[in-house]
Amino acid sequence: MKRRTLFATAVCAAGLLVAPGAFAQDVLRIGASAPKTGPLGGGGAVTHWPNIRLWMHEINEAGGLQVGDRRMTIELIEYDDQTNPEIAIQNIQRLATVDNVDFIVTPYSTGINVATAPMINQHGYPHITTSAATDGVVEFARRWPNSFWMLGTASQLGEGVVQAFSQLRDAGDIGDRIALVYVGDAFGQELVTAAKPQLLEAGFDIVYEASYPFGTQDVAPIVAAAKAAEPDGFIAFSYPGDTFALTEQAQIQGLEVGAFYTGVGTAFPGFRDRFGDASEGIMGIGGVNAEDPKVADYFARHQEIAGSEPDYWASATTYAGLQVLAQAIEQTGSTDKAAVIETIKNGTFDTVIGTIDFIDNVNPNVWTVGQWRDGKFVAVAADGISVGADPVVKPAW
Amino acid sequence: MTRLSQKEIAIGVAAILFLALAAMLPFVDQGYYLSLAVNITLYAALCTAWTLFSGPTHYVSLATAAFFGLGTYAVALWVDVLPFPLLVGFGAVAAGALAALVGVATLRLSGVYFVIFTLGLAELVRQIVTWAQGKFTTRMGLYVFTDLREMHIYWMLLALTALVFLTGWLINRSRLGFAMRIIGDDETVARHSGIDTAKAKIALFVISGAFIGIAGAICAPRYGYIQATTAFNPMTSFLVVIMALLGGTKRLWGPIVGVIPFVILMDFITVRFSNYMPIAMGLSFLAIVFLLPQGVTGRLEQVWNRLQSRRTAKPAAEKAA
Repeated sequence: MKRRTLFATAVCAAGLLVAPGAFAQDVLRIGASAPKTGPLGGGGAVTHWPNIRLWMHEINEAGGLQVGDRRMTIELIEYDDQTNPEIAIQNIQRLATVDNVDFIVTPYSTGINVATAPMINQHGYPHITTSAATDGVVEFARRWPNSFWMLGTASQLGEGVVQAFSQLRDAGDIGDRIALVYVGDAFGQELVTAAKPQLLEAGFDIVYEASYPFGTQDVAPIVAAAKAAEPDGFIAFSYPGDTFALTEQAQIQGLEVGAFYTGVGTAFPGFRDRFGDASEGIMGIGGVNAEDPKVADYFARHQEIAGSEPDYWASATTYAGLQVLAQAIEQTGSTDKAAVIETIKNGTFDTVIGTIDFIDNVNPNVWTVGQWRDGKFVAVAADGISVGADPVVKPAW
Repeated sequence: MTRLSQKEIAIGVAAILFLALAAMLPFVDQGYYLSLAVNITLYAALCTAWTLFSGPTHYVSLATAAFFGLGTYAVALWVDVLPFPLLVGFGAVAAGALAALVGVATLRLSGVYFVIFTLGLAELVRQIVTWAQGKFTTRMGLYVFTDLREMHIYWMLLALTALVFLTGWLINRSRLGFAMRIIGDDETVARHSGIDTAKAKIALFVISGAFIGIAGAICAPRYGYIQATTAFNPMTSFLVVIMALLGGTKRLWGPIVGVIPFVILMDFITVRFSNYMPIAMGLSFLAIVFLLPQGVTGRLEQVWNRLQSRRTAKPAAEKAA
């Protein structure tokens, strides 16, 4: 550290002697720490990193951000957190105290955002999270006033399911009998707690209910039992691994329902690629309004620049979070972190997922349920924002 | 117990000085270097606790993640209703009890059977804990919000490491330590000389497990949001074994010699080769196993012995001339 400081001082001194005018900083240093390896490495590669690259590429292509009277291009300093909170904390510390970055972009996943939040708060950076959907967000926002939560709450997601299913039932497309399964961890339980009372209140009849442990490989018995209960609709609050497994089993065992819903992972382009035509009509968490020209444009740019298709849930939100950061810096006209936080709190921002206006640091407007239609995962339920289409009954497998 | 020798007193004083120096770190830097130090201290405590049992007995335990996770969950489940220090004690008791249970069931096994069993144990305990959480508690997301800052975690881990060392040193001087060394050399001989080998092994396994449980409990406030996948991360078990082997398990201070360079190496890899992390990590594992089979301390001893023999050989040669 000492030698480094000494070296840096020497370089600065030399710089001052040679070119006194060229000292104004025109590079904005942005730090990023997210998983490239570990259990969430795959999710990070699809949803998180490509958006950061796309965002940086576009800003730099345009000549940088207008910060006061300076144009600042972006330099990215990135670390892998290996899906490990311990390493994530260390990365944030390094970004803040060794690399001295100007801003830090959000880590990935609820767990790691919560683990790193105290550290990001301590160093006074704005923390705009785009990959944490839990009912805890209201409390988090209060605890860390520099943090902003954009992906909504578990309750919103659960309510969205009831909204979509009620719409189908009221149109006479499906009956009242629902099979409900969920992964037995915090995520699954939060969603069930939100959705179940509302399902009952809406007059649905839960004919089968089961939870399974996180990481369950063999879901055949669950699907068999659900099928035996002869449901009209199937709801699974699941993670990517079980989302794929449940869908596959439902297809193999011929579980024919008019409404089929699975959790995280349904919105991945890989889901559509895996199930092909059978994915038509399947519902899941997320969705985007593909009719919106802004969203369509974002998808095209993501494909072109990042070389891959974004997922249909958190990808657009991740990009929107970065847009908020860039716009807040420009609106503030300086790189003063506290001032930028104030701007994010009070300002409005035009993003790919619509206008963002935080209420108590939480973005209340989210798409909650998507449905695969002709290869696109279209939002069919939402909270505070317009949907892409109304839900339709699912064709046979 | 025998009286302390002059050398032991000197080592003790040096250790206390070093500890005091290490404890000053948060006053110098509260940023990245403190984070790195937390990580080093955590693994120093884990590896030394692991070596307490696995060093003398040569039983390779992959149960570290199970004990660690139990400690973490003890804090996570009741942090809202009970004071933190009490929960750290809970973590120790829970992990110690698990170790006793496992010890009774498996320490009569040896070699590879024990390794496989401990590997499965972390997964088994994780499943039981998450099942029980859903079944018997209404708590959903396990958040641990305390006022503890990074430096407090650091000091606690430092104190724990010191305690593990002290315990290890006391055990080495005791009948139990003597028994363990005989068991490690030849278990049959140990049994024939009247040592209750099963009891001795279980006792040590419990002590080692309890310490690892405490480490898990201390780390809970650092993670904030407790998930079974991070608390019972199997990587923890493997890293502890690798670091302890890098240092060498013959001496109590061996693992520390492994932990410090290894954590720094991992950090270096994260920074420089962030896209090739698994490859770089795998290569360094291979390098350790091939180049330093006895660990750093083993290699140091080898070099020391060679120097000694050269020194004794030289005068002899001169005399002959």
